[in-house]
This record gives sequence, structure tokens and C-alpha cells, in this order.
Amino acid sequence: MLTMLPHLIIDTVSIVVAFLLMFGLWRMSSPVTAPSGIKVAGIGMAAAVVASFLYLFNVSAAAKPHLPINIALALIALAVGGGLSWWVGRKVAMTAMPQMVAIYNGMGGGAAGAIAAMELFGNRAHGITQLGVTLLGALIGAVSLSGSLIAWAKLQGVLKKPLRVRGLQIINAVVMLFTLAVGLYIIFVEQSGSAPVMPMQVLIWLFFGCAMLFGILMTLPIGGADMPVVISIYNAATGLAVGLEGFVLQTPALMIAGMLVGAAGILLTLLMAKAMNRSVSNVLFTKFGDVSKHKQGAIKGSLKPTAAGDAGIAMRYASSVIIVPGYGLAAAQGQQKLYEFVKLLIAAGVKVRFAIHPVAGRMPGQMDVLLADAGVPYDLIFQLEDINADFADTDIVLVIGANDVVNPSARDDKGSPIYGMPILNADKAKQVYVVKRGEGKGYAGIVNPLFYADNCNMVYGDAQAVMAKMIEAVRGLGAAAAA
Amino acid sequence: MTIDGFVAIYIFMLAAFAGWVIIGRVPAILHTPLMSGSNFVHGVVVIGGLYALLNATTVLEQGIGFVAVLLGAGNAAGGYAVTDRMLAMFQTSGHQGAHVAAHEARSHHSKAKQPKKG
Repeated sequence: MLTMLPHLIIDTVSIVVAFLLMFGLWRMSSPVTAPSGIKVAGIGMAAAVVASFLYLFNVSAAAKPHLPINIALALIALAVGGGLSWWVGRKVAMTAMPQMVAIYNGMGGGAAGAIAAMELFGNRAHGITQLGVTLLGALIGAVSLSGSLIAWAKLQGVLKKPLRVRGLQIINAVVMLFTLAVGLYIIFVEQSGSAPVMPMQVLIWLFFGCAMLFGILMTLPIGGADMPVVISIYNAATGLAVGLEGFVLQTPALMIAGMLVGAAGILLTLLMAKAMNRSVSNVLFTKFGDVSKHKQGAIKGSLKPTAAGDAGIAMRYASSVIIVPGYGLAAAQGQQKLYEFVKLLIAAGVKVRFAIHPVAGRMPGQMDVLLADAGVPYDLIFQLEDINADFADTDIVLVIGANDVVNPSARDDKGSPIYGMPILNADKAKQVYVVKRGEGKGYAGIVNPLFYADNCNMVYGDAQAVMAKMIEAVRGLGAAAAA
Repeated sequence: MTIDGFVAIYIFMLAAFAGWVIIGRVPAILHTPLMSGSNFVHGVVVIGGLYALLNATTVLEQGIGFVAVLLGAGNAAGGYAVTDRMLAMFQTSGHQGAHVAAHEARSHHSKAKQPKKG
């Protein structure tokens, strides 16, 4: 009875935890309930961790003598891993969110891989099903770990250029097949009882090494603009790995949470790829952003610079303004100033709305978060499909730090690398102002004909400084009127 | 409790369906917090790590188990910290009704129902 009680408690807590994680994720799917959703899921997670220590009443006889050391190790790992992550997560800038998600995701994949490694090294997994599932989870977890680290390095700017070697896809395929072969050989040796060609431990290390190498090679050629889709894929992959290891450890809470995230991650990946009008295989296997081969058509018109103050005053006297923010705004930390300017316009009776492209920022929905951070109420924020028809009857569009998402060549230039991507129809407005640091190209390295159009003027400068000038100009008008 | 192959497939199938349905109704505005939130949910792998570490018998197993718990705890704690921070920022300009109307307008692609400014 005494040995049954801890198990009973763990099983009961597991059910509650599985429910809380699902319920929390469900509440996260609406802005009204989302903040409480993460707290619900958090309570579930904390309960799960505390209850896990009841496992110490049921450890195997062989592990009993090691228990004090194991408990100490567990407490240190929880404190160090949890504490460091928490501290960094609280401190990191909002613009760095995508790479933080990548790194936390890699950690989850690594944890799933490590659990599989313990099962393999401890020779605890027996039978084709157990061993196969363990190895599959190990493979997915290891790929997710190394791939996420490369994704992090790319977004963080540690790795600047995508690596593109001829025949890399063939090398990838060979590495993958070799990894699978090692995995199948491990199952064969365990099943047949025959002596392996090399010690089992070496085989297991080889398996993990190859899986991680595959994750690295797979991610290296993918361009920075596609990283959000890649992170989302690895997020789903980690979920699957966790679910599979949950089966190996006979822990339903892990199975449910892992598979929940696996399915959710796959759907999220598909939604994101659809927003970019690209298939997932297209993201993974083609060389996006490789524009050297593409001949840019001759561009009509010229770039027409204008002063920030003039643009600001024009917007003050417009009746409707749509703002298209991009990553450049966030990079310049200009959101606060932008919202200050928007408040001035609203006070003057201008109808102001924000138009968000699905892939604005470095991650879908990141721009919404950055604007929310600056205090912009979300009922002023509109997504592409809800606002795109309104550009034609809008007086002024202010494009700030965005480029590719308003590039009309996605609509009509079949040779363009972004041909077919849905864009915001900023060019249809009566007047467009583009705030940009200089004459350079966008993240994808493509020339934008909108900037050369007759109804477009360029405002050069740092987004934050430009907004400050616009605010000053509009305030100056008010002061002059009062005097 | 033992879960054999078929019961496992039932559990996986139902959980996958739940995940698919939950994400299907998420507005694009929440995509980043949601990716981060689902990232937090698979941080539950930490309890698997704890189970494995408490049952470790060799130095190698203790080492790998330590790494498993370290990484799993990092996933869970970091995922919670960033998701909570992001979600705390979402707020509306008006009363409760205003943003509900805004979201209904978005989901039905109807311009008529969009909230009036101010």
C-alpha cells in the first residue's frame, strides 16, 4: 500500500496536468483569455514538476544507493536550467523573441533526446516497438536541438550568410539514410542478440552524432527570411519527440502534451507557409533569396526624397491613414514614437489604422506583439485580408521599416523571387510615404518598384528620429493655431 | 498503468486532434505568443527527465539525466517567462465590447461591423 500511494498521486496529478496544459493552450487562442491561459498552463507545469519527486519512492532497487546524489543533481539542474532561462526570458528584448523561442525549443528537443539516450545506454528499451519509438524520438529530438541552435545563430546574426554548397541535398540525404541505417542496426543487434561490429555505446553515440549533423546541414542553407517557418517546424518536431518519449516512459501527460504541440505546430507551420504563399517543402529545399540569377526588370521612375516634417503635416490633414509597420521600425525602437504620432493624428480626427502583413517582423504575429508592447490597442490593428481592399480609398499610407511586404512585383513580376506572395496593396493608395534608413534593399534582397512610383515619396532616416520630427511638425501646427 | 501500442495510438490521435482544433481558431494576432506558448507546453518533458534521472545507476546516466532535466527546465521556465510577458501586453483601447466587435468583424471579413474610432 505504501508503495502504491505515490504512484496513485502521480497518476492523478498527471491527469490534472494534462487537462491544465490543454485548457491553458485553448485559452491562449483568444486575446481576451490568453494572459490567464498561460498562467493556467504554468500552474499545471509546476504541479507536474513537484509531483515528479514522488518517483523517488518507486525507483528500481539498482538505483536506490544512488538516490541522494540523483536527487541533488535533479535539484541543481532544475535550479540552474530553470533559473537561467527564466532570467534571460524576463530580460530579453521583444525584438529578440524569435531566437529565444528557437533556443527554448532546442532545449526541449535536447531533453527528449537525452531521455532517449538514457533508455538506450541503460538498455531499458526492449522489443521492436519500444526500441523503434525510442530511436525515432531520439532522432527527431536531436535534429530539433541542432537545427534550432542554427536557427538561433542565424536570427542572432552569429551566422550571416546562408551556406550553399552544390550537392548539399545529396549529402543531407546520405547523412539521413546513414542515421536511419545505424538506428535499424541497433534494433537488429538488440533483437537478434548477435554481436555488433562495434561496441553498442559507440553505435548510440554515432546515431546521435549523425542526427545532430543532419539538423545542422538541413538548416544551414535556409535563408533568414524563412527562419520563422523553420522554427515552427522544429517546434512541432520537439512536440512529437516529447510525445514519443512519453510513450517510452509510459507517461500519458508527456504523450498528450507532446502530441498536442506536434499537431498544433504542424498546423501553425502550414498557416505560416500559406501566408508566404510557399509550400513547406519549398521552404526546406529551395534556395530562397538567391537573386543573382534573376534579372530585375527595368524600373520606371525615380526615388523622390521628402522631409519628415512635410510628410507628418500631410498626414495631419488627411482624412484616412494606414500605417504598414515592418521589422525596421522595431530595429530602430520606433514603436513608442510612432504610437505617440498616431495619438496626435487621432486627436486631430484622422482615421488611423495599422495594417499587418502575416510575415511582418521575423515571425508571424511578432509585429502585433511589438505594437502591443508600445501600447497600441489591438482594435486599431488589422490583418492583411481585412484591410487590403481599403487601401484604394485611403489618402495616405505610411510604410515604416517594411519593404518586401508591400512590393508590387509579388503581384505582377513572374520572375521575382517573391512572385505570388500576398502583399499589402499600399501602392493603390493616393499617396505613400516610405520611411527607410537608406536606399538599400529589403531582407530578401529584392528591388521594390513601389519606391519609384509616382505616388510615392521616400523619407530617409532612422525610424525613431523620423517619427520625432513628424511629431514636432504636427505639434508645431497646433501651437501656431493656438497662437 | 501500462499503455500498449493501440492505447498509445488512441491517445496520440485524440491529442493531435485537440491540438489541431485549438490552433485552427487562433487569430493571426496571437501567432507569436502561441508558438511560444506551445513551446512552453512541450517543456513538460522535464518530468520525463526527472523520472529518468532519479532512476539513473551509472555516472554516464547521471550525466545525461542531469542534461535532460537542465534542458527541460530551461524549456519550461523560459517558455513561460517570454509567453507571459508577451500576453500581458495585449490590451484594448475601449471597453470589453469594442475588441470583441473588432474580432468578429475580422473573422467575418465584414467592413460594416468594424468599430468606429474614438
